[in-house]
Amino acid sequence: MADKRLTLDEFVAELSSGMTIGIGGWGSRRKPMAAVRAILRSDLTDLTVVSYGGPDVGLLCAAGKVRRAVYGFVTLDSIPTDPHFKAARQSGAVEAMEVDEGMFYLGLLAASQRIPFLPTRAGLGSDVLEVNPGLRTVVSPYDDGEELVAMPALRLDAAVVHVNRADAAGSGQILGPDPFFDDLFLGAADRRFVTTEGVVPTGELAAGGPLQSLCISRLLTDGVIETPGGAHFTACVPDYGRDEAFQKEYVAAAGDPDAWAAFADRFLAVDEDGYQATVRETTEARAAARAAKEGA
Amino acid sequence: MTDTTPTGVSRAEYCAIACADVFRGDGEVMASAFGTAPALGARLARLTFSPDLVLTDGDAALVDGAPPLGAAPSTLVLESHMPYRRVFDVVWSGRRNLIMMASQIDRTGNQNISAIGSWARPKAQLVGVRGAPGNTVNHSTSYWVPNHSTRSFVEQVDVVSGVGYARAAAAGPSATRFHEIRYVISNLGVFDFATADHTMRLASVHPGVTVEEVVAATGFALVVPDEVPETRDPTPEELDLLRTVLDPRGLRDREVKA
Repeated sequence: MADKRLTLDEFVAELSSGMTIGIGGWGSRRKPMAAVRAILRSDLTDLTVVSYGGPDVGLLCAAGKVRRAVYGFVTLDSIPTDPHFKAARQSGAVEAMEVDEGMFYLGLLAASQRIPFLPTRAGLGSDVLEVNPGLRTVVSPYDDGEELVAMPALRLDAAVVHVNRADAAGSGQILGPDPFFDDLFLGAADRRFVTTEGVVPTGELAAGGPLQSLCISRLLTDGVIETPGGAHFTACVPDYGRDEAFQKEYVAAAGDPDAWAAFADRFLAVDEDGYQATVRETTEARAAARAAKEGA
Repeated sequence: MTDTTPTGVSRAEYCAIACADVFRGDGEVMASAFGTAPALGARLARLTFSPDLVLTDGDAALVDGAPPLGAAPSTLVLESHMPYRRVFDVVWSGRRNLIMMASQIDRTGNQNISAIGSWARPKAQLVGVRGAPGNTVNHSTSYWVPNHSTRSFVEQVDVVSGVGYARAAAAGPSATRFHEIRYVISNLGVFDFATADHTMRLASVHPGVTVEEVVAATGFALVVPDEVPETRDPTPEELDLLRTVLDPRGLRDREVKA
């Protein structure tokens, strides 16, 4: 089997400005944040980002990487909205395609099946059809004659998802309760990347969880990047939950230009090892402060 | 009668009761409920008059029974796997009854959770349309608005996310086939669309609220019947379930004061 392992720098070198990039996960859950941080450090720009949006979308908007966002929502889950995405929309800095989250699923499914669209009731009567004038309806060729939304394929130049375990050949294992739509992001893309908490020998994958956790096959992957902690600060259960304290800090910093500059300098101007080390220090300092407070 | 009528029922408890009644008559459908009063209402319905209702853990599973608010995951009895992809199967098959929240709701039942102002250049970007367009044309949907005001009850929502009656009718039979906006519940009262032209009607006021208050807090011409009943009282059993089983920490009274 081919060894598909890459470094984050090699991953970024596979991308180019102007690309349409799909990002796996959902909201603030199992986002390939190490890959997002690598894109933030690059000179890539003018991207179309396709995502069940969380802080991935917010961070890329804040760094001026995004020309267009395609989404059904952008949320941090425990905090309803992402401040950077809000600011980017309100200032008109990014173009947007906002669709029903089920339409979004069908767009990925159509792309992965190499068909131009899939029909759905979702979207009928709503402003989704008004604010996306390119969307069309289709009339059933059968006797029912129903008129349905024709959700176009969301074809991607590249996609990146984050999984709990993978092997060097690109089989991925998702140990959390929801695989989301990661296989469809990969299926919809020309260049397909999986970041993972840990690369393990193929023979160890099945021992790590039930067979249905092995839900990303190497048929769907071109590159594997080992990024321990690579979903931080989003949730990556069972390896770790969302870092709520960090997420709050992210939101607070986003509200003030000076605070954001300091946050970006501390966490985003460093490489991935530097990021993980700074997060560890921050977490330890927070725990020490809490212990001191409780001891007092 | 008076000896069985509960006293000291809080506004939040009336809201929870009104939310429970959204699920009355439901059989084996998935109950999804956003917000504290709706979450309590779905659980209350499951424990009393709609015992076949199917509740979710808020993540990727269906649960047996009706766990209290904030129950530890380890205490839940899981009965089925329900990842998001399967949620769409449920939504599109219609086996679901839902209470969503609404940043804006209008006279014909359109809901907005996308943006305030123009969509192209919003004054305030909200979470996004999420599943509201698909939900509303596939299964019964109700709304919970904990802050009833002329800012939330508006003549016309800024971005139609959840589809109301007039917009569904204009979109044609595929949009109306499974469309139903059952109730809108606010901190002031309960509303439905049981009018000839499916415009919003005041169905009941919560005890302690006057019809005039509701009308003044609503940014459009609400249909007000000659006789407006009060939202029903909880039964002693329902009140006990709310207070001692489902929400002993009183989270409901933090969402709705008074």
